[in-house]
Amino acid sequence: MPSEKQEEAAVRVLGRWPSPYVIRVLIALNLKGVEHEMVAEPKGNKSELLLASNPVHKKIPVLIHNGRPISESLVILHTSTSAWASQAPAILPSDPHARAAERFWAQYVDDKFPTAIRVLRGRVVGDKEEAAAEVSAALWQLEGAFVECGGGKGYFGSDGVGYLDIALGSHVGWIRAVERINGVSLLDAAKVPRLAAWADRLCAHPAVVDVLPDVDRFIEFSVQNDGALAKPVDEASK
Amino acid sequence: MAGGDDLKLLGAWASPFVTRVKIALALKGLSFEYVEEDLRNKSELLLASNPVQKKVPVLIHNGKPICESHIILQYIDEAFSGTGPSLLPTEPHDRAVARFWATYIDDKSMRGKTEEEKTEGIKKTLGAVETLEGALRDCSKGEGLFFGGDSMGLIDVSLGSLLSWLKATEVMSGAKIFDPIKTPLLAAWIERFSEFDVAKAALPDVDRLVEFSKKMKQAAAAAAAAASEN
Repeated sequence: MPSEKQEEAAVRVLGRWPSPYVIRVLIALNLKGVEHEMVAEPKGNKSELLLASNPVHKKIPVLIHNGRPISESLVILHTSTSAWASQAPAILPSDPHARAAERFWAQYVDDKFPTAIRVLRGRVVGDKEEAAAEVSAALWQLEGAFVECGGGKGYFGSDGVGYLDIALGSHVGWIRAVERINGVSLLDAAKVPRLAAWADRLCAHPAVVDVLPDVDRFIEFSVQNDGALAKPVDEASK
Repeated sequence: MAGGDDLKLLGAWASPFVTRVKIALALKGLSFEYVEEDLRNKSELLLASNPVQKKVPVLIHNGKPICESHIILQYIDEAFSGTGPSLLPTEPHDRAVARFWATYIDDKSMRGKTEEEKTEGIKKTLGAVETLEGALRDCSKGEGLFFGGDSMGLIDVSLGSLLSWLKATEVMSGAKIFDPIKTPLLAAWIERFSEFDVAKAALPDVDRLVEFSKKMKQAAAAAAAAASEN
């Protein structure tokens, strides 16, 4: 059916909602007040647009800004800082040492969480106890980092939600989901009190609240997509 | 160098990630004190400076440590922005492209420990090399001089720091990683990069790396044999 070709939005995000890497980009754009269009990548076959925009990795998220694509969520966070530098808030701190610290911990987050969370979701086979222990240990380290980074306003960023808040915060949805699925406590107020409070605070933030849905939606997604392993242990057929 | 700046680099001669920082510091014209670590017997300073990963390189600037080679490179570029050339371009999209390729190079340069990991590693490297040929063509606007366009930048330093290890791997495996017929721009780029003073000074000797690698393999084999005898 013919339709008038709409003017393409200046800023588009190729992605799918439960991906923490996509959530990161959306939080950053919301924080900066940048109008953007989310282009949902279909399940299954990768779209032509994705293959053309990210030929090297063929993965989401991709930010398309004035027709030019940028891939890798942490690279996109950096781009949000420089491309919209005149719009507050700055996502990265101005002090080089503080930047280096946030970058270090963001890399740490991406080293420690993704695989362990996939195991806990039942998306890949693995030792769930070990995965839960890894997540707990990493959160404990980050509790210490929270103090170092100067969470004076209740965030890792000294002026409010920043780079590391976004990098770690984007995983909070799945962390809370796997807590419920596995009956474990990870963002535990007794073990990591500052982070537990930080997580609540972040999820209620205006830039985050619409893109980090309620934990039930994550669980529902997992049950539908991660297969039989997501069911409680006593229901598993094997 | 700005007055009062104290720079110390904790490193190990064979580490390409340490080489990366040495090249960046030299490009910026920054002097520093180098401390060679024995990775089997790590110093108190290293353990205190990088308690999370306990790895080299660590750059200590006026007593404050920075870890992870690509984070150190960005730090140097930002903290010493008035000194020497910039490692990153100014335009936001170009910066994103530079960061993308630096991340890509790091992902592909994880070395394997077992023979299977190493063989897989070589296959990955060969695939990556073809992709990088394309990247070089795009970034250098077809001329192939530098990934950084007119001058050496983040990607050149990231890839160049791996050269001795890549050449050592060619020697040990017999695989030709940089084929001048399949990847002409890269092959020429390597020749050119290797001739720069900053590269010559920082890159470890290939033969020394080959010997080192053989010794590590022998030690690993001996440890595995001893373990299987229990």
